[in-house]
Amino acid sequence: MTRKQLVIIGAGMASGRLLEHLLEADASAYDVTLFNAEPRGCYNRIMLSPVLSGEKSFPEIVTHDDTWYADRGITCRFGERVVKIDRDRKVVTGEKGDVAYDKLVIATGSSPFIIPVPGKDLPGVVAYRDLEDTNAMIDASGTRGGRAVVVGGGLLGLEAAAGLRLRGMEVTVLHLMGHLMERQLDASAGHLLKADLERRGIRVLTEASTAEITGDGKVEMVKLADGTELPADIVVMAVGIRPETNVAKAAGLNVNRGMLVNAQMESTSDPDIYGLGECVEFDGNIFGLVAPLYDQAKVLAKTLLGEGDVFNVKQLSTKLKVTGCDLFSAGDFNEGDGREDIVFRDPARGVYKRLVIEDDRLIGAVFYGDTADSNWFFGLIQSGEDISENRDTLIFGPAFQGGAPVDPLAAVAALPDEAEICGCNGVCKGDIVSAIEGGAGDLGAVRAVTKASGSCGTCTGLVEQVLAVTLGDGFQMPTAQPMCGCTDLTHEDVRRLIKSQELKSMPAVWQAGAWKTPDGCHSCRPALNFYLLADWPVEYQDDPQSRFINERKHANIQKDGTFSVMPRMWGGITTPDELRAIADAADKFDVPTVKVTGGQRIDLLGVKGEDLPGIWADLNRAGMVSGHAYSKGLRTVKTCVGTDHCRFGTQDSTGLGIKLERALWGSWTPHKVKLAVSGCPRNCAEATCKDVGIICVDSGYQVGVGGAAGMDLKETERLADAKTEEEAMALTIAFIQLYRENAKYLDRPYKWVAKVGLDWVKARVVDDLDERQRLIDAFALSQSVYQKDPWAEHVKDRTDDYTPLADLTLEAAE
Amino acid sequence: MSWLDLGPIEGIPVRGARKVKTAEGCIAVFRTADDAVYAVSNACPHKNGPLSEGIVHGHKVTCPLHNWIFDLNTGEAQGADDGRVTTYPTRIEDGRVHLDLSQLDRREVA
Repeated sequence: MTRKQLVIIGAGMASGRLLEHLLEADASAYDVTLFNAEPRGCYNRIMLSPVLSGEKSFPEIVTHDDTWYADRGITCRFGERVVKIDRDRKVVTGEKGDVAYDKLVIATGSSPFIIPVPGKDLPGVVAYRDLEDTNAMIDASGTRGGRAVVVGGGLLGLEAAAGLRLRGMEVTVLHLMGHLMERQLDASAGHLLKADLERRGIRVLTEASTAEITGDGKVEMVKLADGTELPADIVVMAVGIRPETNVAKAAGLNVNRGMLVNAQMESTSDPDIYGLGECVEFDGNIFGLVAPLYDQAKVLAKTLLGEGDVFNVKQLSTKLKVTGCDLFSAGDFNEGDGREDIVFRDPARGVYKRLVIEDDRLIGAVFYGDTADSNWFFGLIQSGEDISENRDTLIFGPAFQGGAPVDPLAAVAALPDEAEICGCNGVCKGDIVSAIEGGAGDLGAVRAVTKASGSCGTCTGLVEQVLAVTLGDGFQMPTAQPMCGCTDLTHEDVRRLIKSQELKSMPAVWQAGAWKTPDGCHSCRPALNFYLLADWPVEYQDDPQSRFINERKHANIQKDGTFSVMPRMWGGITTPDELRAIADAADKFDVPTVKVTGGQRIDLLGVKGEDLPGIWADLNRAGMVSGHAYSKGLRTVKTCVGTDHCRFGTQDSTGLGIKLERALWGSWTPHKVKLAVSGCPRNCAEATCKDVGIICVDSGYQVGVGGAAGMDLKETERLADAKTEEEAMALTIAFIQLYRENAKYLDRPYKWVAKVGLDWVKARVVDDLDERQRLIDAFALSQSVYQKDPWAEHVKDRTDDYTPLADLTLEAAE
Repeated sequence: MSWLDLGPIEGIPVRGARKVKTAEGCIAVFRTADDAVYAVSNACPHKNGPLSEGIVHGHKVTCPLHNWIFDLNTGEAQGADDGRVTTYPTRIEDGRVHLDLSQLDRREVA
């Protein structure tokens, strides 16, 4: 028996969810063909904001990858537009050919509304809709000092603005109405939001009407109706979306604002065609938030399997995904006859709460600054229960009702099973509790079973609280991962903060990042010191008191409090004179252990702290400098003998190793960096497990990055092939500078590359030659300050650090 | 009291320390960000880590070996760690740091 043919046009979030429901219920009902104009499958479009701001990478937000479709036998026609639908023959024509259907789902989504002003088609004017738009914005922010104008102060516009600001751009938001997000917020909350955004360095102009966009070949200026001129390198149009109905219209289906469907998601003009998602209109409503789209997907899956279900329109709530701006709104909060307000303000904390009550029922709520109880209030709005008894204390939230103790978990425990926890996916508390009782013991498992917190993620904390309430002591609340106890910000947040707000001193970071301690701790201070000196090598002064002892003393402290001393041996090459000087120093200072290291140099172990300046001075005199064997910085460049001596060598691997070590020594990096250059693929220098490893071949140099041979074992991945020694050096230096600018402190390159993706690194280091040069120049500027021998410096200026303030043992002896 | 003049406060780096060697072992003399001066035994009770080489934050120091944190006022280990270091009185007069060594003297007598 041949299976029925199902064709779906559009691989957005709604159709992804439809496929899940459909295949879960009956995997053999249909052969599925999936068209998508974007050259990829389904990803979580809501999460483009964190991708824009750099908090997430694109692969993290892909919900259905190629394997997912392949495993389920779905024919994917991605990157192919649908040209027409022939309803008589029941055939869909794509750019690459026809496919017949028994049932057809149109899920073409929406298209951004571009305001019809002169200049709207100039390069540099983008919408905020898909990955291409997001990447265009990320690219525009690549040049520091870039200016962005965002047209539209709604959800999407503000998320775009916040992301661009975090990327270091100067951002102005233009909003036509009197206050931001007027569909979700009242004027008071809109004002608080505006003030918060302005504190983050985002300029907000309300009642601003865009008249014209000008520029010569690309965007240069936005002109407002009142004559204001705003210079701009990029203009983001985020004024709204409208259903994308071109295909449906051309097929002669009933289309009003959107494609008209009934409660079974069936087209009102063709029983074999269905509509789904942002392209449809139902009962006068069109849809832009994800929760109703998921409801539609559930209903349509049942319709396609011949089961009855009905889609109906529910109350919606809104949250803004801008880190640090907590706002929530739900229901109807317009003023009107018979409506009463309860308002709570705490100006110092920037908290505003407003409840709208009609006939003793809660019908609307707006919160700003403190949204912890928002789901409880949303539950009250949805249930429509009588609140007259609790009215006095209602605004203080669930903890104050019925004398319940003030415990954050009590509020969650008090929620009824029908209370919605995850708005995106329409998951109620009861669903989560049954998943937990069915064995889902942590956030990941709950997410996998129920999808709760799997979309925008703002309810993650609530889901964890439901876990805690349900499992009791059996659940370990995962600790958030701020940098340390001094701040709520993550390392990534702090790095962006330092760049975007141009913070150039530690007190400035403590202030801007709301540090809870007067001057940090042993965990955050070394990280901050690195971030500041990496981003502002000229302006920031290195702080030795914020370094771990090894870097402050320029020697590795051993477990008995003595130190090890290791001079540099460039590329592993030494001389009889150097060896004699090392031997003499070892004799003179009674060094108990002399060891040859894996990095091709000699370690003197067991040197007393006060002897350090003396032994350094002796080694300096023989022409040797510190090997930085103690630093988060360049350690060694290991080499084999290459063409000089080896009959297999293809290039001068020793020479390149020495050049690299001479170029890179003295630089500070997020964690230690080890290099190697092997003269042929036999790889005697073990280059394929280094942070950067170069293998010489007849045709040039294979540059690999992100290897590891410590706690983890990992082979390098190929960054690029270089034809010349110069190019191999340029790639290496640019890679290390990119790592210096972006990685979290104490992440080795392999961890960092895994987070940002090798493609992201390649785009900057290999493909974008301007960016490569910028990285090399930035590294050179930093080296002009930091490439100096710490031994010589300490011997000259810092001997005090090694001598006691007073020595009473001498007095006692007298 | 037996006060020893250790020289001007500038001799100790801000958020840093210098050592005073005694027959009983080293004493670490700390200077905090707000120019308070503290003296405690240099050896961490855990594994003898040199506290003078630790990172100073607030009025606390973190041992460089295993991150034990000590309150410089009381000498008590913070958090889950259990232990304390001996503290010695200090005072600042005319910008010079003085250290009281009477505890040491007493010990010598005993």
